Amino acid sequence: MSTPLLEARGLAVEIGGKQVCTNLHLEIHAGQRWALLGINGVGKTTLLHTLAGLRAPAAGQILLSGQAIDKLPRRQVARQLGLLLQEEGDAFPGTVLETALSGRHPHLGRWQWESAEDIALAERALAQVGLAGLASRQLGTLSGGERRRLSLATLLCQQPQLFLLDEPTNHLDPHQQITLLELLAAQTREETRGLLMILHDINLASRFCGRALLLFDDGETLHGPGEQVLTAEHIARLYGHPVITLDGPHGPVYLPA
Amino acid sequence: MAPRLTLGLLLLLAPASLLLALLSGSIDIGLGTLLDSGSEPLARTVLFELRLPRALAAFAVGGMLALAGALMQVLLRNPLADPYVLGISGGAAVAALLSMLAGLGGLLLAGNAFVGALVSMLLVFGLAHGRGAWTATRLLLTGVVVAAGWGALISLILALAPERGLHGMLFWLMGDLSHTPPPLWGLLACGIGLLLCLPLARDLNVLARGELAASALGVAVPRLRLLLYFIASLLTAAAVTIAGSIGFVGLVIPHLLRLLGLRDHRHLLPGCVLAGGSLLILADTLARSVAAPQQLPVGVITALLGVPLFLYLLNRRGGGL
Repeated sequence: MSTPLLEARGLAVEIGGKQVCTNLHLEIHAGQRWALLGINGVGKTTLLHTLAGLRAPAAGQILLSGQAIDKLPRRQVARQLGLLLQEEGDAFPGTVLETALSGRHPHLGRWQWESAEDIALAERALAQVGLAGLASRQLGTLSGGERRRLSLATLLCQQPQLFLLDEPTNHLDPHQQITLLELLAAQTREETRGLLMILHDINLASRFCGRALLLFDDGETLHGPGEQVLTAEHIARLYGHPVITLDGPHGPVYLPA
Repeated sequence: MAPRLTLGLLLLLAPASLLLALLSGSIDIGLGTLLDSGSEPLARTVLFELRLPRALAAFAVGGMLALAGALMQVLLRNPLADPYVLGISGGAAVAALLSMLAGLGGLLLAGNAFVGALVSMLLVFGLAHGRGAWTATRLLLTGVVVAAGWGALISLILALAPERGLHGMLFWLMGDLSHTPPPLWGLLACGIGLLLCLPLARDLNVLARGELAASALGVAVPRLRLLLYFIASLLTAAAVTIAGSIGFVGLVIPHLLRLLGLRDHRHLLPGCVLAGGSLLILADTLARSVAAPQQLPVGVITALLGVPLFLYLLNRRGGGL
């Protein structure tokens, strides 16, 4: 099998004395879509940032296309791996197009300016998330959902092979949730890209992600194909709340009991 | 207005303000004297040994302060940050006032002020670094508290100083360009500072969106923060050594230019040098001619000019900040 886009070997993650996970072995291959599920405060974001190489693990190794991520320059990491943060603050004003263009940052040389192609790429990304008409708007005038879609457009502009997404559907209405998850799914259908996203909606997770990684409160993890991992029994243990499953048009539908 | 057009106008503003500074003052000198090498020696002395060095020093100081301000605002990701917020000018002021108490002047005083600024820079850096993470908030709080400490020492020195020394001390504290060393060093420092920052300009655009976002977009944030801290601090130290702590330029010029559309740091940083330098030349020209022969501290003029100008732009744009 080919080299995974991202591989965690014996990964242990800790934050503030809490064990997020121990001895996690995970391989994300091109063409795969993973959902990362767990209760509030279990350490999903911490794990995601660790996988992105933004914080050091307590033990173990993370390999990006076979190379130790902590040995790679950040610029090279950013050309392969894109991260959608949960929230982004903006201390200074800027326009929508300028923000989307910042996704080109890792691809440009130190003295290089954004080319016409870069701008065309940013405009296409804005159109893909439905923000085409807002290119020259100031960030401060955007709604929460529009900002979320702008962050996603920035990420599309970055053109990474691996997308790590922290609650991409935050602030989005149901229509936008489905549209954007379909857009992300289409990105990985080319079989050269993969994604891992934190979701709170089990139904979206099972519909859009073939695989799931469950993060339990005691630091245990369970991962694999959705149909094996996303069982009513596992979900009930994950959230400490019983669920029932029904047959729906896209597969099982999960309902909190 | 397109950023490049704004930058072009600023490029014209700099020589225009320099010319104005050369031609105005208590001795009336016309454009002819400036161009004619055979003209009156007294006028030429005034022009080339008094007004020109002073105007060039003003340009260097204003440029460095505005540039340092823009860097500090991104480093601390706080629009209220200015070059003095981390206590560098406080350290310089304490050293300068102590030197005045000891009767030192000229280069010794300037040298001590520079050392004071460096001590403050390293002190804040060491304390903020300490153990644990070096966050923007931690750096800001450390700097603000150290600055408050310097402020107390300054008040103490002022309270204990003999009355005849007070006038000089107050002028130093408010910022004054009448006793500047030759401008070459300042201009050199300003130019080097700008050259060091320009290759970082796009990194700054991304850092302004947050440290995590910047890391995710490929910026080596810890290294960039170190560079920013030391470049901004050294620029501030150089500016304060030359002219005391002139307020307002470092806070307002970067915002003024952002309001004029220079949001991209590749435009903003050179714009800061040009606009900060030009504004300080104009302010200093006013400071020495408004109440001539009495000279006013230039820091008072920068604030008097800057406050209404800034408020006007802020309101015109309707809350872009």
